[in-house]
Amino acid sequence: MDSDIGALTIIFTEFYYWVTVVFMFLIHVGFCMYEVGASRRKNHMHTLMKNTMVIPLVTITFFFFGWWIYFAFPNGPWIIGDLIPAPWAEPWSELMGAHMGGTPASADLTAADTAFWARINGVFWAAFLLFSWTAASIVSGAVIERIRSGAFWMAAVLVGSFAWIIDAAWGWHPDGWMVQVLGYHDAYASGVIHAIAGGAALALLIHLGPRIGKFRADGTPRNIVPHNPWLVTIGLFLIYTGFWGFYVACNIPIIDVQEGDGVFFSATNIYLTPTTLSAITFNFLMSLAGGLLAGYIVSRGDAFWTYSAGLCGVIGASAGNDLYHPIQAMLIGAVVPVICYKLHHWVERRFKIDDAVGAVAVHGYGGFLGVVIAGFMLWGYPASQKYDVMITPWGNFAGAVIMFFVLGFIPCYILGAILKSLNMLRIPREIELVGLDLSEYAARYDSEDDVTKAEIDEARRVGIVR
Amino acid sequence: MSTGNFENWHGAMTDIGPLYPFVGSETFLYILGLVFWIGWHVWQWRLEAANYNDDMETLKSPDKMDRALKGERVLRAM
Repeated sequence: MDSDIGALTIIFTEFYYWVTVVFMFLIHVGFCMYEVGASRRKNHMHTLMKNTMVIPLVTITFFFFGWWIYFAFPNGPWIIGDLIPAPWAEPWSELMGAHMGGTPASADLTAADTAFWARINGVFWAAFLLFSWTAASIVSGAVIERIRSGAFWMAAVLVGSFAWIIDAAWGWHPDGWMVQVLGYHDAYASGVIHAIAGGAALALLIHLGPRIGKFRADGTPRNIVPHNPWLVTIGLFLIYTGFWGFYVACNIPIIDVQEGDGVFFSATNIYLTPTTLSAITFNFLMSLAGGLLAGYIVSRGDAFWTYSAGLCGVIGASAGNDLYHPIQAMLIGAVVPVICYKLHHWVERRFKIDDAVGAVAVHGYGGFLGVVIAGFMLWGYPASQKYDVMITPWGNFAGAVIMFFVLGFIPCYILGAILKSLNMLRIPREIELVGLDLSEYAARYDSEDDVTKAEIDEARRVGIVR
Repeated sequence: MSTGNFENWHGAMTDIGPLYPFVGSETFLYILGLVFWIGWHVWQWRLEAANYNDDMETLKSPDKMDRALKGERVLRAM
């Protein structure tokens, strides 16, 4: 903050991330609307609260340990090195609070570091936190109408404040070991957010089982239709809108990217390699368009799947959307949702997996494929400015496996097995049949009856009725 | 008496660090936060289990189960 350009850069960056957080909030408005719209009337309140409480739980746990993990775990730890000191991100650090940056907060921090993190820590933490909510909310949609809220919230903390941020430290950090060793490239989080959340959702679904009535006696699936398609589609529109914030939050807005002499300010992706907001704006919209167009055809005009395919198109292209040509983004955005749509229905029929909103397909398979495709499309591109490593198909394929299976599927599979063995995963069968909101409605009827009785008593008292 | 780390805004800004009160209590606050978080989960688990147990008790009667399936209010206010 001791030079004009330095101060402007830091304060612009602070404001930039703050704006991304506001945009990304819309993702969660969208998720809530979408899930409630997709659930049946008897389960609305439970569905809404299950998703809503992700927000406070992941927020506090991301403060308690998630943020520190991102800076401390890029080496594994103990895959290519030790834990990395990150004093500004320790939850008891002075810099994890309102701070003017005036005096070094610890002996491990310089005055310049202190001044920088005092401004950036809160907004950068919040931007990552909103990614955390997204990862947890993706799981939420898949398991509606039969999971115990407490069980889901444990999974939400596991995915949102632990597993995904480890994968971010490994593969979405300029010094992450996956970047250094594998040349992993996933600029807008196809694998880092979507594949891991899809893998986690699949693991929970295996333990959870389908909703009562989802499959006929012969094993063929019934379509449990969304009770309110308008709420579902507006929810998805809001997720698209929030996705703008998600994309720009994946960038660093302004850095001098020129090595050696000279100065060249540019936006960069999270790996600190240059890109522009124009590039990602082109590609976000073209991949969305590709997904919508293909989704309409493959689903024969089904609104639910057309909207989901638009989202899946963006997710499928996101890994390389900092570098793709817009028409490449469109074509990838068209191909990926078609594969995911087919896979969803095949897995549903073959393995009796009841994914209520297609989250495993749209996010899990879409994210996995997006990372793999980026490995081929960007083969030979430098993965980093700092390390001499290239993007390769095998590096990104290994990365996709780590995201979906190692950090997404396995932790949630273990958690789901433990909860199931303790009979703490699924709601009682009788409650599922009558609906999760029945207690809620009964209490509401009690209150309504009470007020009606009070009104009648008052009417009698003043002589309006006898 | 001041709970803060500074008493006026007149000095050099570069001397001002934390703005929140009770600087030095961060570790204690952290432990308090962890207790609040874990305690919330325990409380919520008990609450949810108790709700389901109550509802299940009511739904044991076949008549009430039938009525509940039709959307009638059977869990309370009989």
